[in-house]
This record gives sequence, C-alpha cells and structure tokens, in this order.
Amino acid sequence: MEDWRKDQEVLVMEGRIKVPYRWFAGEVGTRYLESLRDKGVFLGTRCPGCEKVYHIPRRHCPECFEECSQWVELGSSGTLESYTIVRRQHPQLSPLPVPYGYGIIRLEGADTGFLHLLGEFDDKELKVGDSVEAVFSDKREGNILDVKFFRPVKGVE
Amino acid sequence: MEAVAIVGAAMTRIERERKADGYADLVYEATRAALDDAGMSIDQIDNVVTVSNDFFDGRTISSMAIMDACGSYDKNVTTVEGDGTFGAFFGLMRVLSGSYGTTLVCAHHKGSESQMPLITNAMFDPIYARMLGIEAITSSALQARAYMTKYGISEEQCALVSVKNHGNAFKNPVAQLPLELTVEKVMSSPYIADPIKLLDCCPISDGASAIILATEERAKKITDKPVWAKGVAHCSTAYHLGDHELHDVSALEEAAKKAYSMAGIKDPAKEIDLVELYDAFTYMEPLWLEGLGFCEQGGGGKLTESGKTAAAGELPVNVSGGCLSGNPVLAAGLNRMIECALQIRGDAGEHQVDGVKTALAHGINGPCGQSHCVWVLGGEK
Repeated sequence: MEDWRKDQEVLVMEGRIKVPYRWFAGEVGTRYLESLRDKGVFLGTRCPGCEKVYHIPRRHCPECFEECSQWVELGSSGTLESYTIVRRQHPQLSPLPVPYGYGIIRLEGADTGFLHLLGEFDDKELKVGDSVEAVFSDKREGNILDVKFFRPVKGVE
Repeated sequence: MEAVAIVGAAMTRIERERKADGYADLVYEATRAALDDAGMSIDQIDNVVTVSNDFFDGRTISSMAIMDACGSYDKNVTTVEGDGTFGAFFGLMRVLSGSYGTTLVCAHHKGSESQMPLITNAMFDPIYARMLGIEAITSSALQARAYMTKYGISEEQCALVSVKNHGNAFKNPVAQLPLELTVEKVMSSPYIADPIKLLDCCPISDGASAIILATEERAKKITDKPVWAKGVAHCSTAYHLGDHELHDVSALEEAAKKAYSMAGIKDPAKEIDLVELYDAFTYMEPLWLEGLGFCEQGGGGKLTESGKTAAAGELPVNVSGGCLSGNPVLAAGLNRMIECALQIRGDAGEHQVDGVKTALAHGINGPCGQSHCVWVLGGEK
C-alpha cells in the first residue's frame, strides 16, 4: 500500500470486554471452602486406589481415574516446595503490596502441593524446605483468600 | 506413518507493536509468504487449520475473523486453541486422514493489543488460584526456583541463555530483540519475580506464521526441498501447580520418547543437528534440554556453560534467537518449526548452520509447560 500515513498516527480503539461470570465451586469446592471459612480447617481428598491425598481436593484421581470419595483433615502448616518473591506485578492482580511471595506448599497430611501467597517473611532467609503456617483472614467469605497468606514458622529450622 | 512434508513456510517480522496491521493483516502476510515460498496458489490448499486464542484477540471465536486472511473460503477450516506446534500436529493428522493432499496451518498473536499479565492470570483456576494474582511470570518463577534448587542450577547459568539467544538474534532479520549482553548485564537487570529477572523474560510481541503440509505425492510436485515430519508427539500433565513437582518434566520426556521412536532416533545428542525450543524464560532452555534427553537430569546448566548449545557448538539451540528474542505466543511454536525447516533446507540466511539434516522443534501449552509438543524434522524421508 502507498505510504499515505507516513506522518500519521495509526488510530487505536480502546475497549474492555465486560462479561460477568459465576464460577460454581461445586460440591467438592464448597465443602473445602466452607471448612476453611467456618472452622479454619484445610481438607483434602484421598484416592482409594493409590491412597494419594490431594490438596486442593479433587473429585477424582487423575492417575488412577478413581473417585476420591474420602475426605481428610490436613494441618494448617506445611513445607515450602518452591517460592518466588514478586517485585513487580500488574496493579489489577496484586493481592498484597509488593514485594510479596507465592509458594507451593505441601500441607501436613497432603501428598500434593498447592499454590498460595507468602507474607511476613525475610526475603534473605526464605528457602525451599522451610516450614510455613497459614494466617487466616479476619473476615472470611468462603474463598481462597480466607487464608491471608502463609508465613515461616518461627523458631523452626 | 506415511510421509508428510512441510513444503512452504514463512513468518512475519516479529515486532513489539505492529500498529499498522490488524491480526488479519498479519495472517494474510504470513499465508501469502508461505504460499510464495512453496510456489503455490491458494486454490492448491485443500484445507486450513488456524491457531488463535480468544482472550488474546479480545474476540470470541477469534478464528472467524481471519477466515478471509488465511484463504479458507469454501474450504474445510478448523481451529486449534494452543501453541502452533499443536496446530501443526492437527494439520498433519488431516493430511494423514487421506482426505486432504495439502493443509495450511497459520497462527497469529498480537501481545501489544492487550495486557499479558491479566490474560495469563485467566489461565488459572477461578476457584483456587486466579484471585491470588498468579500469572505466567510468577508461575514460571516457581518452576525456575524448584528446578534450580533441585539441581543446583545457578542464575548465572540461566543468564548465559539470555546472552546467547539475544546475541543469536542479530543474524535473524525477523527477530524482535537482538541484544548485546553479558552475564553481568543480565544479572544486574531488576528482579520481576525471583529468581526471574527482566532479562530472563521473553518480550511481548506481535507476529504471525504459516506452514503448508503435503502428502509425499503432492510434496514432490510442489518442491525439490521438502522437509519431512519424521516424528511428532505431544503429552500433557497436571494443571494445578503443585500436583506434581515443578522440576519434573516427565510430560516432555514422554513426548520426546514417542517422537524419537517414530523418527528412529536412539541417541538424540548424536542424531539431532539443531534444536529450536520454547524458551519463554531462560531457565526453560536447560530444563527442556534435559527433558528432551540431550543431557542427564540436572545437567542443563553445565550443558549451557559448555558452549555446546552456541550457534557454532555441537548442538546449536535457538540459533534464531528463540522466544527470548521475540515471542508471538501461539505463533512462537510454529516459528520454531519454520526455523528448523529453513535450516534443513539451507535457507536460513545469515544464521544458517552448516550441515543440518535433522532438527528438533518444541512448543508448549499451559502454565509451566503443562503440555509439550515435540517435532523431529528431516531433509530425508
């Protein structure tokens, strides 16, 4: 095409797609989130085939393809399997002021890790294998942020 | 498997912001160039596979808006939502079905038009993960930390990947981000999410690409330089981060094993001449090289340090500059295949490596490489 727009700014249409959704937590998710909200207790599900305890809970075992029918109470502390300290984050996403952390945490009694936030840590001290504990929100609403974040357990090496 | 060849391949220049082109314009440019590369006209294309993502495009059924641009009127056309390597896999299946002699596969991406962190956040589960604000960089940082801790991979070893791939991009005219770097420069770039620093990350990019696949019979009539699909496989693993350890790349190992078996490859390090893999972040290159069996588990850092993966090394990896030098997501994996095809044909120009007979292209889908697709391509059937 001829270069008519040599000194011309290309036009840009600004927009936003606004579509409300309602994501159902389902039976499994509801039981899990209610337990967190009302009792401050983490729950997992156990596969009857391989006996693996899934946290977050699953209705079926992806490996055995069996229904995970049994519910298991888990500890509210566990081991840090990996972590990152977030220095820059999109303002719409940041649930905590930067720097904050993400961790993969394997709770006591679980055979899988799960993702959550990390707070109240010393970024020079934090390491894989650390013991971390859940800090619950003052106001719990029945979602994953009823756990404010996990923090290192003091005095444990 | 019956022989299927890539008979035409092309990609647009990869840029940060292609304001003068809508995505249909990019798709047209890539499709036109692939047809020209093959010396074909659009009516010689029997069917089309497009690759796109509605969230990235900001349009539902995003493929519908490029039907004209990929020349699919009056043709059977379908869409793969995922990396281009997976789209090409489906294109291959369509040729193998016996219903089509040729398949055009095109992929497009305009990272400039949306906000990448918001879109990659939306790939995570809305009940358990999304409201934590996790997205591509922070989830990859968790994988990087798990991998680096498990095997003692250093940030300096990862920095070497950035130095190498950005340096390679100087010889690739379509690369977005050639940079003259040193390990020190990469190490002193700011942390985004430890251990990932700014210069460990791929850029946001615009671009499109296209390949044409053909049966042996059609391929021989179209070109005297067909590039044969010798082996291909893809495998997937857990969606929820933490379901399996993030340094565990067994899905990639499985995909590679199947692709090698199809291609009759026993020792990939000896039999594969060049690799183009999905290096969205520096740590991915050594980790994927391990999964692909080019070294033992945990050996990726040392392999990088050895210089073997340099353009002039024994196993050149991402001679094009890789995704680190331009990452039009979805098209990026197809670009890896196109780079391999050009190298095998001897048409890679300034970044041509001598004597490439067999090359490996790799693409990923999902957080932390939930799925991997491995292609072994060769100049001989």
